[in-house]
Amino acid sequence: MRVKVLFFAHYRDLVGTDGLEVELPAGSTAAMLVDRLRAGGGRFARLPEAPIVAINLEYAPLGTLLSDGDEVALIPPVAGG
Amino acid sequence: MEAWITREPLDASTVLSRVGAPEDGAVLVFLGTVRNENEGRPVSGMRYEAYEAMAGRVLAAIAAEAAARIGSDRIAVAHRVGELAVGEVSVAIAVSSPHRAEAFDGCRYIIEEVKRRLPVWKEEHYTDGSSAWLDGATPPTPEAAHE
Repeated sequence: MRVKVLFFAHYRDLVGTDGLEVELPAGSTAAMLVDRLRAGGGRFARLPEAPIVAINLEYAPLGTLLSDGDEVALIPPVAGG
Repeated sequence: MEAWITREPLDASTVLSRVGAPEDGAVLVFLGTVRNENEGRPVSGMRYEAYEAMAGRVLAAIAAEAAARIGSDRIAVAHRVGELAVGEVSVAIAVSSPHRAEAFDGCRYIIEEVKRRLPVWKEEHYTDGSSAWLDGATPPTPEAAHE
């Protein structure tokens, strides 16, 4: 399956892109996606091990199972207001 | 009840005009503005970035929670994104209710939840030409909420 990954603010600066698509085995969780990204090395290794994630526009636990076509955003600490 | 993310400048009238009802005896507006310093460093401006699709939903959810909490749906809240100069309004909240306690409570609830969970980030520009993303809050995830 393929998922879309989004990076914002500080995380976008860390990895140098605002988004990409990742191919994952069926049954993958958000945590596995993050591990996969970090294992890619280079700038992606700078991502935190356990970032806050949002799946399809909702905050979700890292243990959430992903589905084909999901949009997964890595959310740096927020600073609105 | 209205909640939105905008690139357009905000002021009190933007939100004030959307609340109020004959039964309301209290109308409250809160504006968050860009300060000219942060922790002793002179600030020249701020860039606000949002995960816009999600931020619109989270802001609407916060407004709905506030409405349920205070028993008034006369609530308008807007958060600006883009480049802001010192003094410009980054967030505008208006709440009206029959009595003042509910309006203050609803307004306070909204701004505190915005800071806690709205997917928005700010990059501060300093007068020396440098910039930095500000440290933020770790939003609660559903998992953490059940602990």
